Amino acid sequence: MKRVGTIQIKYMIAKNDFSKAGAAASNIKKTLRKLGISTDVIKRVAVAAYETEMNVIIHSHGGIMYLNIDVEKVTIIAEDKGPGIEDIEMAMKEGYSTATSQIRELGFGAGMGLPNIKRCADNFEIKSSLENSTIIKMSFNLK
Amino acid sequence: MFTVKNLVEELKLEIVAGERGMINLITDVYIGDLLSWVMAKVDDGNIWITIQTHENIVAVAVLKDLSCVIISENAMIDNDTITRANVEEIPLLRSSLNSYQLALRIGELLK
Repeated sequence: MKRVGTIQIKYMIAKNDFSKAGAAASNIKKTLRKLGISTDVIKRVAVAAYETEMNVIIHSHGGIMYLNIDVEKVTIIAEDKGPGIEDIEMAMKEGYSTATSQIRELGFGAGMGLPNIKRCADNFEIKSSLENSTIIKMSFNLK
Repeated sequence: MFTVKNLVEELKLEIVAGERGMINLITDVYIGDLLSWVMAKVDDGNIWITIQTHENIVAVAVLKDLSCVIISENAMIDNDTITRANVEEIPLLRSSLNSYQLALRIGELLK
């Protein structure tokens, strides 16, 4: 595996920390801009990174997001501390959400998070079960 | 070219925060109160009209390069939202009009 020219940044995401919500996604966007990556890719990464970050904040006990950039692609991996997703198929459907009414009142829980991520990324993988953490991996081609 | 400053003057909007972004150019207008929905649909330079006042609206505005956010119907705005809009230089505006009335007025201005 090529390591030359790879940028890796790690973001710690805390449960229910709305005061920092969007901070990781904003930093990712700024990083990509500095690297001169195309606007089309930046726009898609920004949406996917935001949704990923919000999912970790709202639905998990916290987790970590990793940003990897090499010459071929931008990759974001998020791993949380669980609890996992009971029904991934349902979670992938637009409009389906398990967010509480309190969270919904703040404008979250539209049930668009995972579908938004999948739509924006060139590759998207999700692994989760109720007993385990959720791992999401997405990549965006640069070539 | 229509800027946020022009918009504020025409509609007599209250500038709540983010005055440094008043030179932002306006492309169009979008109305929505579900953040992920807005994330998916809104475009660069859009005015975003919403009744959501939680600080995360600023994150959405930054990530989507919006020109400004208008809070309709004089909804109460959290202090954290104001602070964040100032830091991010996102104009946070407010009006007594509802979202529909605002959009009608803006539609006339953007013609």
